[in-house]
Amino acid sequence: MRVCVLYFGVLKDLVGHGRSEMNLAESASVADLLEAHRGLAKGREALWESIAVAVNQEYARAGDVLKDGDEVALLPPVSGGIEGLERYAG
Amino acid sequence: MRVEITDAVIPAGEIVAGIKAGSDGAVCIFDGIVRDNTRGRKTLHLDYEAYREMALEQMRALAAEAVAQFGVRDVALVHRLGRLEVGETSVLVVVASAHRGAAFDACRWLIDTLKKTVPIWKKEHFVDGAIWADGEAFPSGVGVQGSSAAEARLAGGSGEESDRPADDAHMSESRYGAPGSVGVSKSEAGE
Repeated sequence: MRVCVLYFGVLKDLVGHGRSEMNLAESASVADLLEAHRGLAKGREALWESIAVAVNQEYARAGDVLKDGDEVALLPPVSGGIEGLERYAG
Repeated sequence: MRVEITDAVIPAGEIVAGIKAGSDGAVCIFDGIVRDNTRGRKTLHLDYEAYREMALEQMRALAAEAVAQFGVRDVALVHRLGRLEVGETSVLVVVASAHRGAAFDACRWLIDTLKKTVPIWKKEHFVDGAIWADGEAFPSGVGVQGSSAAEARLAGGSGEESDRPADDAHMSESRYGAPGSVGVSKSEAGE
């Protein structure tokens, strides 16, 4: 099956483009898609561990099964809003 | 509810004036603006990008949840994308309510949650380079990793999530867990 993969933020810079088509085995999962990107994680393990994945614009879990035509987005931790928002210490 | 993602200047005054109704006793406004430095490093400008369709949907859901959860009357939530200069508004949160308590609470919850879950990123341009700002860790239930990964990250630091600055512009990988633990275990996909 074929899915469309979107890359954002720092991942877009790492991959060199924002979108690509990818062929996957039938009933491949989100985890399988990430595994296929293992080369991208090399040396960026902390970033890789912190990403989220959206399938058809909904946050997905590792075990979710993909289907042909899905739009899969790899999302680094988000940083919208403003800078320096203080977190409560306790 | 006025929920928008825009490439133009956010008309803050117009949005605030437009939301007020007779039954309101309070309008709480959060105006997020571009600061001129990050930890003393001089900022030239910021570039915001988003997974636009998803971000808008997430923002709509947040606005609806704020009304339901805090009982406020109306919410406006507007985020700007593209290049922003120092002092410009990147995000505006406006909450109208009969009483101030709910307005303050909803406003605070909206900006905090937006920053953690709405897919928007910013690249900070400094005099001597540019970097994608580190975001906050995704809350449990959003990140694709299981809870064990989150625990591993915390174990790498002081164990306090709040220890992590909200906007660390540096890729401080040493704060995270064991290197090499790449990939996702399907059995750990729970909350």
